[in-house]
Amino acid sequence: MINIQFFEKSLQENSKTQSMISVQKLNVFYGKFRALTDINMEIQEKKITAIIGPSGCGKSTLLRSFNRMNDLTPNARIEGRIYLQGEDIYGNGIDVVDIRRRIGMVFQRPNPFPKSIYDNVAYGPRLYGVTRREDLDAIVEKSLVQAALWDEVKDKLGQSGMSISGGQQQRLCIARALAVQPEVILMDEPASALDPISTLRIEELMHDLAKDYTIIIVTHNMQQAARVSDFTAMMMIDEARSGQLIEYNQTNTIFTRPQDKRTEDYVTGRFG
Amino acid sequence: MSEFGLLIEVGMHRRKARRKATNALMLGLTVLLTVLALIPLFWIIGYVILRGGKAINLDFFIKMPTPMGVSGGGVLSAIEGTLVITLLATLFAVPPGLLAAFYSSRYPNSILGTILRFSTDVLSGVPSIVIGLFGYALIVKPQGHYSALAGSIALAILMLPTIIRTTEEMLRLVPSNLREGSLALGAPEWKTSLNVLLPAAMDGVITGILLAIARAAGETAPLLFTALGNERFEIGSIVSSGVANHQGFLAILDRIFDQPIDSLPLTLWKYAQQPYPERVEQSWAVALVLMVLVLATNILARVWIEIRKKKVRG
Amino acid sequence: MSDRTNTSQSVRRTLETEIQDLRNDLIYLGSMVEQQILGSVDSLKRRDLAASEQIIQTDIQVNKKRYSIEEKVMVVIATQQPMAHDLRLLASMLEIAGELERIGDYAKGIARISLRIADEPLIKPLVDIPRMAEKGADMLHRAIKAFIEENVPDAEIIPTEDDFVDNLYDQVYRELMVLIIGDPKLIQRANWLLWVAHNLERMADRVTNICERTIFVVTGELREISSSGD
Repeated sequence: MINIQFFEKSLQENSKTQSMISVQKLNVFYGKFRALTDINMEIQEKKITAIIGPSGCGKSTLLRSFNRMNDLTPNARIEGRIYLQGEDIYGNGIDVVDIRRRIGMVFQRPNPFPKSIYDNVAYGPRLYGVTRREDLDAIVEKSLVQAALWDEVKDKLGQSGMSISGGQQQRLCIARALAVQPEVILMDEPASALDPISTLRIEELMHDLAKDYTIIIVTHNMQQAARVSDFTAMMMIDEARSGQLIEYNQTNTIFTRPQDKRTEDYVTGRFG
Repeated sequence: MSEFGLLIEVGMHRRKARRKATNALMLGLTVLLTVLALIPLFWIIGYVILRGGKAINLDFFIKMPTPMGVSGGGVLSAIEGTLVITLLATLFAVPPGLLAAFYSSRYPNSILGTILRFSTDVLSGVPSIVIGLFGYALIVKPQGHYSALAGSIALAILMLPTIIRTTEEMLRLVPSNLREGSLALGAPEWKTSLNVLLPAAMDGVITGILLAIARAAGETAPLLFTALGNERFEIGSIVSSGVANHQGFLAILDRIFDQPIDSLPLTLWKYAQQPYPERVEQSWAVALVLMVLVLATNILARVWIEIRKKKVRG
Repeated sequence: MSDRTNTSQSVRRTLETEIQDLRNDLIYLGSMVEQQILGSVDSLKRRDLAASEQIIQTDIQVNKKRYSIEEKVMVVIATQQPMAHDLRLLASMLEIAGELERIGDYAKGIARISLRIADEPLIKPLVDIPRMAEKGADMLHRAIKAFIEENVPDAEIIPTEDDFVDNLYDQVYRELMVLIIGDPKLIQRANWLLWVAHNLERMADRVTNICERTIFVVTGELREISSSGD
């Protein structure tokens, strides 16, 4: 069942792959409250990394640190560094807009804009100065194809983005994020508001997307993390209610032979 | 079944007849009181139609008022005046109102936001005649004469609280992750507000504006000290006489700043007090027109809501 | 017993109850197979053909029990999504049920040989072969116990006793060789007895596998424990 030789070999392979995102001693504060403590992790390029843990353990806070969405929370402050392909994303002179273009986000509840499907996907490119109709058409089509939604909506691009089903809306939001050519896609519990079939479709989509994009997904559904991800990060809060990274390893290992007892307890469902 | 279950079942059966009677009584009472509440509305509508309907004819709408004692003539100037003033007031009130609402909904806990909310509440409670007085002191006195401009500004001030409150409510109803979705794509805050939040809240915002318009159109007190001074002063129309005299757009605009302007509520107030029977009759007609105008705007607002609702579902 | 058996307060009561049932099933199967081995050698020694026949019949029950355990494990995996230790435990139960069934087949093989020898006298009195059987059965019994209790130290010791069984096998082999050289007509019956001994030696190997599984369940390591004789 577990092939030791295979495990060792793939560990070697991965140490040669470049880190897409490097998190070094990250601490996030909301005012005086320390929400995350000393997080260190390397996100591998073009792999799917899942962040799991009980509610309130800081998973979303960590995710939102990657695209600086935490900046929107008043009194939010970080210490430590996050590097995107070697660049410090919180450094001086960094354009937040550029970071958010390179690191896209898909939210828990699908949030299509009250515009047509076409305009939803074209919103991002338009922000960055793409105005020619032919260019926008091409980008919209390509993004919808990548999000596995094109066939279902190609005849109704003018309809409101809110008129399609929940699963389709979420794929629309994915297409919208893809339209600006990101390098990383963050997904915050992308399927938790969807029915099981839509959930599985999104999971299959993630596998396809991982060929071209680095994906980081926060999920409270362990089986989903097990099905979908290559690497899994286990988080938990300490006594000071600050989030910590307990264990970070290949998904296979986390779910068959976790090293930390807390991970084992969580993963076997005996936590709490 | 436990012994309690049996108790409850028995009690239920025993009280059945009485329950039915009580239900019927309550229902009847509610219906009665509802009808009672609706009576004033329908009475007013009916009465105004009755009294005012007599003086309604085509002339009424297209002719200027004739001198006193002379029969015939219409209230064209008043109609035109109401339209002009209300339009101007809307133009003055909507941009600041919207922007203020955007600010206070985005930064609700800031000093400015708190002050804004408080001020809006206070302003909505200020009597409209006081606002008229304010307009007088601010614009009419320095300018030296009454004007449509002063009237519109007074009305705009009246409209502001409604617009700000409704817009703020509507913005609050927009799901926060819509905003986040736009920001996450790299859009700056102002573009997000303009391109995503405003369209999302648009239906409610428009409803708010329509309701504010409906209220402003019917206000008399603010106009007393701003758009009109002497009640015996007959005012010419600005736009239609300007067009008739081939005046340019700028010239007409100029007169808006310079000249006092008539309006429906004002006319009603004037005519109702005059000793001439036709005038009094006409005042009823004006009341009818005003009422229809306000009702129509309200209904329009609600129809708009329904249409938009259907569009989202479709 | 691991600390997971506090079933009454556990969040995963259902899973733990299922696992406990499966443990009991394995104990039952293990004990069935133990009896089969001891019984098959005993009936061979006493020339009790009816008993040998019974052994062969009972093997059907052994197989049934094995499949029932397998099916239960599959159901638990599908419905409970076990992870980590639970997953390793259930996967190991599948393996061990298989090993036990094979040991059961060895017992059946021995009983068949007993029927083949039939009324002919044994070419030598059985001394070492019963000792192999007793040792093997004892090792099996303790291995199952170690698995149920998740006792790694015991699981590490038992395979070392395989040497004892191997030595007995060598002895049986040498004695039978001597007999054959002395009287080549005995080769058929000697072969049969050798086969019996071979089955018992293989049984000890299977017990070693069971011990390796116990270690895997507890530590997550799949390690081969080789006894010095290999």
